Amino acid sequence: MAALIEIERLTKRFGAFTAVDDVSFQVNRGEVVGFLGPNGAGKSTTMKMLAGFVTPSAGTARICGQDVIEAPVAAKRALGYLPEGAPTYPEMTVTGFLHFIARIRGFGGAEAHERMARAMAMTQLEGVRLQPIETLSKGFKRRVGLAQALLHDPPVLVLDEPTDGLDPNQKHEVRELIRRMAPEKAIVISTHILEEVDAVCTRAIIIARGKVLADATPKQLEAPGKTLEQVFRDLTLKQEAA
Amino acid sequence: MRAALLVARRELAGYFATPVAYVFIVIFLMIAGAMTFSLGGFFNRGQADLGPFFGFVPWLFLFLVPALTMRLWAEERRLGTIELLLTLPMAQWQAVLGKFLAAWAFCAIALALTFPLVLTVNYLGRPDNGVIAAGYGACLLMAGAYLAIGSAMSAMTKNQVIAFVLAVAVCFLFAVAGSALVTDFLSQRMPVLAEVARALSLTERFNSLTRGVIALRDAVFFASFIGFWLFVNAVVLDHRKAD
Repeated sequence: MAALIEIERLTKRFGAFTAVDDVSFQVNRGEVVGFLGPNGAGKSTTMKMLAGFVTPSAGTARICGQDVIEAPVAAKRALGYLPEGAPTYPEMTVTGFLHFIARIRGFGGAEAHERMARAMAMTQLEGVRLQPIETLSKGFKRRVGLAQALLHDPPVLVLDEPTDGLDPNQKHEVRELIRRMAPEKAIVISTHILEEVDAVCTRAIIIARGKVLADATPKQLEAPGKTLEQVFRDLTLKQEAA
Repeated sequence: MRAALLVARRELAGYFATPVAYVFIVIFLMIAGAMTFSLGGFFNRGQADLGPFFGFVPWLFLFLVPALTMRLWAEERRLGTIELLLTLPMAQWQAVLGKFLAAWAFCAIALALTFPLVLTVNYLGRPDNGVIAAGYGACLLMAGAYLAIGSAMSAMTKNQVIAFVLAVAVCFLFAVAGSALVTDFLSQRMPVLAEVARALSLTERFNSLTRGVIALRDAVFFASFIGFWLFVNAVVLDHRKAD
């Protein structure tokens, strides 16, 4: 069976600057890939290309076999995407916002409400369901973004910093949630928190200056007796010095 | 189309969730009323029609509509929600059309709230209500044309002030294209362009519609004018969405 996420030689140039340089990888069902790298390494740009928001300069990306450029709507249907910063419409209530997403995703009537209830239960949003999003704390806003990505139970999840701004308990909840969903899905998360990779990821990809420097299980990366942090520093600082 | 209507509904509700809608409507009604009654000499003319009102509305829209459209895409960029909206499973033209329809419906609401004028002329005399209906239709088409230009300008730049100024400038260009000043100037130097300018003029077509002359070609003109600018909007958006 083909991988759910296939990225081949993906490249993005902004003028003379190459943000993502010839990146290729695949993610299978059941894998949770941690996307690591310093700020400005090209993590978000890669994820945006995968979500069909940024058009690649070269290369292709496929979600469930659907090319994100050739068949954007089919690819987006199979994808749950949490953009960087978890943007939402501030004036809407949590239910109003999720209902809008459900309707756009083609769910109506009772099914829409069922799916909203399930997504809110998974992200513990029931307590604030009728509040306008702008009145919520940062942690709740992030979870509204997460609920939006999970609503249609997609086979592929791309989450850009899903635990940023959450307190330790909430971080733990989100990691549990990802772990629970992992067996049926292909998941990519980007993060700055290296323990998170150890905690939830089955594979880590380290990227710096747009290039993939390492692609292995966290265990393999730590094999030479180093911590993941040392490996990360060694790889990315070497790259910057070069 | 279904997705476009869903976007439009969300967008329209968004207008009324902020003061933008109320400020716009109040200012529009105040200026439209003041112009019709004082400058337009509504009572002194001794004619039961809405001529003065329909004369001022396009010029009022020239400034108010760009104020409405300048935030159309800029706001989505500022909030980052453009990334959310354009990664939902719908074609990009549906998002463009949805936003346009919401703004257009909003203009229709503002226009509908001028109904006391219609009641007043009907109380004072026996106006030709068919002409009045045609006039309202013309105002709505004019608003649609300006909105389509404005939303395309808004997709071009992150800066709301630039979007506003560009939209006013381009709308003004199409508003005055058929005026004697422009066509006389052009016909003396480049007669070919004078014909083009007259053909593209929004004001000329607006005026013939408000006189009650409903011609199919004017309606087709407005529809293709709006379609063209929405197409420009979609193309520009596709190029610049991630900037």
